[in-house]
Amino acid sequence: MSSTAAAAPAAGQTTTLAKAITMGLRAAMERDPKVVLMGEDIGKLGGVFRVTDGLQKDFGEDRVIDTPLAESGILGTAIGMALRGYRPVCEIQFDGFVFPAFDQIVCQLAKMHARSKGHSKLPVVVRIPFGGGIGAVEHHSESPEAYFAHTAGLRVVACSNPVDAYWMIQQAIASDDPVIFFEPKRRYWEKSSLDVSAGPPPEGLDQARVVREGADITVAAYGPMVKVCMDAASAAAEDGTSIEVLDLRSLSPLDMDTIVASVRRTSRLVVVHEAPVTLGMGAEIAAAVTEACFHHLEAPVLRVGGFDTPYPPSRIEEEYLPDLDRVLDAVDRSLAY
Amino acid sequence: MAVTPDDAVELVQLLTPEGELVEHPEYRVEFSDEELRGLYRDLALVRRIDAEATALQRQGELGIWASLLGQEAAQIGSGRAMGPNDHVFPTYREHGVAWCRGVDPLKLLGLFRGVDMGGWDPEEHHFHLYTIVIGAQTLHAVGYAMGIQRDGMTGDADPARNAAAVAYFGDGATSQGDVNEAFIWAAVNNAPVVFFCQNNQWAISEPLERQSRIPLYQRARGFGFPGVRVDGNDVLATYAVTQAALARAREGSGPTFIEAYTYRMGAHTTSDDPTRYRIAAEVESWKLKDPIERLRSYLIRTGKVDQAWFEALEQESDELAKHIRSGCIEMPDPDPLSMFDHVYADPHPPLARQRDAFAAYLASFEGVEEEQ
Ligand SMILES: Cc1ncc(C[n+]2csc(CCOP(=O)(O)OP(=O)(O)O)c2C)c(N)n1
Repeated sequence: MSSTAAAAPAAGQTTTLAKAITMGLRAAMERDPKVVLMGEDIGKLGGVFRVTDGLQKDFGEDRVIDTPLAESGILGTAIGMALRGYRPVCEIQFDGFVFPAFDQIVCQLAKMHARSKGHSKLPVVVRIPFGGGIGAVEHHSESPEAYFAHTAGLRVVACSNPVDAYWMIQQAIASDDPVIFFEPKRRYWEKSSLDVSAGPPPEGLDQARVVREGADITVAAYGPMVKVCMDAASAAAEDGTSIEVLDLRSLSPLDMDTIVASVRRTSRLVVVHEAPVTLGMGAEIAAAVTEACFHHLEAPVLRVGGFDTPYPPSRIEEEYLPDLDRVLDAVDRSLAY
Repeated sequence: MAVTPDDAVELVQLLTPEGELVEHPEYRVEFSDEELRGLYRDLALVRRIDAEATALQRQGELGIWASLLGQEAAQIGSGRAMGPNDHVFPTYREHGVAWCRGVDPLKLLGLFRGVDMGGWDPEEHHFHLYTIVIGAQTLHAVGYAMGIQRDGMTGDADPARNAAAVAYFGDGATSQGDVNEAFIWAAVNNAPVVFFCQNNQWAISEPLERQSRIPLYQRARGFGFPGVRVDGNDVLATYAVTQAALARAREGSGPTFIEAYTYRMGAHTTSDDPTRYRIAAEVESWKLKDPIERLRSYLIRTGKVDQAWFEALEQESDELAKHIRSGCIEMPDPDPLSMFDHVYADPHPPLARQRDAFAAYLASFEGVEEEQ
């Protein structure tokens, strides 16, 4: 594996989540010439979030492809390229714009491996900046993960911090399965230290991680909500409540082993996400945990999420999005059982 | 080798960049001096609305703004060509068309400020909601036009009732499946619809060459209806061409595709940085084709306006700016519980319970804040 001096961060260097993905993409492209990027505005502009910044300059227009403005076209042609042995990484500009490509993703991309009895591999990654909190207009703040997690054949993951972002994007590209890769857009600018020489974290792409150990209750989240839950855990610690925080990382498949092990330790679970609660990831996790841990539970599994309304105008999005108070409120309700 | 967009293409033009009237064999307009002044007023005022909104965004009063700078003539020409029965299906940049339909600019600002999602009644001014998902509204326009057709509002029966739908979209949008499907639907149904594409040369950072290798208006032929390219910075030509297309639609002769050849003078939106992808010289060359300047020089040269008239307009413009500024700043944030309103036309109990629970949760903080 070659690496450019500009790309490889030294030990102790801090990096934003967005830049970490850029570096991960760069590393994957250097390693494998079959990796191609496709999307709207990803070339000269570097994408609207600048995640592909500089890559077209370094890898050329054949590998960083500015596509016409057509999401079904992006995914449909990515499928064709994948069938031909390439590894396309598609950028969807904002969560709400993945739907024109929905048919290609759920009806075609997800199923071809099974339909061909394993003959065809579809190593396509679909990068989607998701979630709210950036004061945008409609279709720019949504959390459509459940639609994809409901479809067999897709892997659905969400990163929450720069280190994971750097490694998970490379794992996603290396995967022979299609991966829907959710990026928490309001965390793009958050920094942490990233030392690539330390090697990848031990978890595979389909594994959850305990990001903070605790004894009284488990709070499970992913993507943008991990930070909210970590903050809630710090606040609760001051009041003497010990919260264990899980970063699910993979939404499909779900790492039930990690979730179940944690719930068996704490006996309580709150699931937090931005997407509406009804038929969301929390509903699935609550059902699965109830089945696996019925006798260990001291309280019903509680969900904190968005309301069953359209994502609201930005001036009141802070009321819609789960915050520290709503997480702690659910923690209190659980502990009250 | 790609055909460059302006290769051997005839552009319908009635007013040159220098402000001279020119003849066109097919299209002409007869305007009284009063009407010409009215068009100039429209152009100047929508430019002012745009400038105010851009300033408000810079001051943090709007989350984002999609500027129409440079596209005023395309919007005013087409907007003023419409009759009272016609219906507009816009993108997010049709502030000038909204103006022509009588929509208060503050309504538009609400969406960009983040206090609502549009919220105006589309039937009140025959101006439907702004559409952010690229191209989706073109199909709505065709369906609406098919309704008009079924309601007997085309053809000879009662020309006064006749109506058409007008779909607005950009050059980038022509790549979307929805837009291509809209063309097919319109053609096979002979729907009374006008497709009005503002080719402002860019879709965020992507130049037209990334969307099409032929001039856009030529695509229409392949779908089975006429396409015409008009100088989008010429308010007289866009008026004439739109009027003809609307007449065609209303009389029952089917769809027309209009490519208004124009230029986005500013950034795509206030979040965009065009210096990363386009050269300043291009912008400079388009400045010479400014839609307002050319009508201004025509009006002045022909003595149709005097200094006092411009001064009165300037004053009107300042008043409008004040209305926009104070109206925007005074717009209250919505009540958080309003997000539960109108989700369903026929409300259902589970959502009402969710709302009540959230109301109780919010109320639980009230005392707490007072204590602090
Ligand atoms: C389906 C979809 N994909 C992507 C976007 C993001 N986006 C917003 S505007 C835009 C470019 C639109 O270009 P064009 O159609 O030429 O219209 P213009 O804004 O230049 O008037 C893009 C890519 C979107 N709004 N909808």
